[in-house]
Amino acid sequence: MSHAIEVPQTYGLMAEFDSAQTLLDAAHAVQRAGYTKTDAFSPMPIHGLAEALGFEEHLIPKIVLTGGILGLIAGYGLEYWSSVIAFPMNIGGRPYHSIVAFIPPAYETTILLSALSCFGSLLFLCGFPEPYHPVFNHPRFSLATADKFFLVIEANDPKFSPDATKTFLGGLGAKEVVSVNE
Amino acid sequence: MHNTSFPEGDFRAPVPVLTPGQGYRSITDKLTGLVFTANTPRAWFAFVGVGFSLLMCLLMALTWLLLKGIGIWGNNIPVGWAFDIINFVWWIGIGHAGTLISAVLLLFKQDWRMSISRSAEAMTIFAVVCAAIFPIFHTGRPWLAIYWLLPYPNTMLLWPNFRSPLIWDVFAVSTYATVSIVFWYTGLIPDLATFRDRAKNKIVARVYGMLALGWRGSAKHWYRYENASLLLAGLSTPLVLSVHTVVSFDFAVAVLPGWHATIFPPYFVAGAVYAGFAMVLTLLIPLRKMYGLQDLITMHHIENMAKVMLVTGLIVVYGYACELFFGWYSGNTYERFMLINRTWRGPYAWAYWMLLLCNFIVPQLMWSKRFRRNIPVVFFVCMFVNVGMWLERFVIIVTSLHRDFIPSSWQMYYPTRWDFLTFFGTIGLFLTLMFLFVRVLPMLAIFELKTLLPEAKPKASGDGGSH
Repeated sequence: MSHAIEVPQTYGLMAEFDSAQTLLDAAHAVQRAGYTKTDAFSPMPIHGLAEALGFEEHLIPKIVLTGGILGLIAGYGLEYWSSVIAFPMNIGGRPYHSIVAFIPPAYETTILLSALSCFGSLLFLCGFPEPYHPVFNHPRFSLATADKFFLVIEANDPKFSPDATKTFLGGLGAKEVVSVNE
Repeated sequence: MHNTSFPEGDFRAPVPVLTPGQGYRSITDKLTGLVFTANTPRAWFAFVGVGFSLLMCLLMALTWLLLKGIGIWGNNIPVGWAFDIINFVWWIGIGHAGTLISAVLLLFKQDWRMSISRSAEAMTIFAVVCAAIFPIFHTGRPWLAIYWLLPYPNTMLLWPNFRSPLIWDVFAVSTYATVSIVFWYTGLIPDLATFRDRAKNKIVARVYGMLALGWRGSAKHWYRYENASLLLAGLSTPLVLSVHTVVSFDFAVAVLPGWHATIFPPYFVAGAVYAGFAMVLTLLIPLRKMYGLQDLITMHHIENMAKVMLVTGLIVVYGYACELFFGWYSGNTYERFMLINRTWRGPYAWAYWMLLLCNFIVPQLMWSKRFRRNIPVVFFVCMFVNVGMWLERFVIIVTSLHRDFIPSSWQMYYPTRWDFLTFFGTIGLFLTLMFLFVRVLPMLAIFELKTLLPEAKPKASGDGGSH
């Protein structure tokens, strides 16, 4: 078995910005220029930034609704099955199927499964936990969680060209454009 | 919220939540500096010392309880529920303010919540932990309580009775604990990433890095994150209202005079928020001073919390008035006797009047703006409310139970030293957890505070960016 020397692949070009405004403007420009494999990084959420990059997703609410419905069915089903089928017991002459009394636990399981599916879908869609990601190779990327803003155009973007893209990003008010490896 | 069209000095104009002059850098440095410091405040050691000592008392009390059984407590018949349930309700109630601040105020777009939400959420979780100790150990043999309380296919083919409010309580409180932890952790993820990137020590950076799950502040992740946070807030709101409602059902569903009242659910929820805000203030006033957070937790925050306390306090007093009215208007001998016994002739009438002093009279000081902005006065009122809300549960539980329908079964209730040791022990557990949290995790939501800065709200450029 021979070991080829692995040449690190370029992941993409990363531009650093000083303010949320220049990042958002740059994101709009990148989207207008037709780049599709892009992402932006900021220390806090910036409204309209993901949309500016052409990102749209409405999955989480649907997953949460599904989780909630499942929680309701599971909770009520458990109560019905255990109190009516598995272990019917006459308690103070109350009906086996005590609808009103079954509401609070079913209500709680609805919320429980909704919340867990919300958290789970957030992690799943973001791909967390993700210990390694090429953007961390940027020497100043640790500032993305403090006060700096970054924008990346990936090398596998159909419009990507090492030089033209670099010039393009440089023209958007970026402080510095750095090529990062995989 | 961010309407700037009001004339200068107009009362409708929003008050700046942070003191001016803050920036991304100053917020990051300040809040990471609280943890990455060699100069932990002396007071921190004092609080943890007291808390940890009391925590040892808790361990001792619980060990003795498991050895001897719950006979070491003062509970008797008819007062079968006493300190254990009083403290349970007290702690659960305290927890409610955290969820209210982070979820309900998020839905109402109250930006001022951001400075206090993180520590209030932590307080919620720790209060629920303290609360859970009481019912679990009141079962006497908690290892058996697993099949008493939780529905799982056991070898005896037994299932819990879902018609009982006590089982509703198990579902409500365990859901509340789980959802609070999930909500809190979700809020922590971006800040843990900030800690990962600021940590100088490699191992520390690794630990925060693992907890941050690889967060990198991607716009797509923020988009999903905001979506999920809003949904979690939306889910926590009905949850928090249901939890204390279900706790109040423990009483209201019973037929005992003093418990069997329809006012209980809203009255308990208001009381929970009341007690919770008092506890948030009790914790934040020293913390703010200890860590010099006056720029982030401003007088505006303290004043707002004092206002919430005043309002919820008045709702609670309305609850007291309703109890009196219901008792009288019912025309029922037992109801009327319960009221006379509670407020006037009974041996615990002093507790009722102390309760009114703590929960009704003293908090009226908060009507005055000058007092709301005076930290010692606010702290003084909070201490009264903390005590008052404990007394409220004492009055509801003990005075209703100790003289029930048949005079031959009447009995006085006296707590034992083990009751007190367990109660103060949970305060120690709470203090220990709270101060450890402050020491190792971001006590204010760093990324949320940054969104309050004017430079964090860029304007979309021309096309396609309108939203």
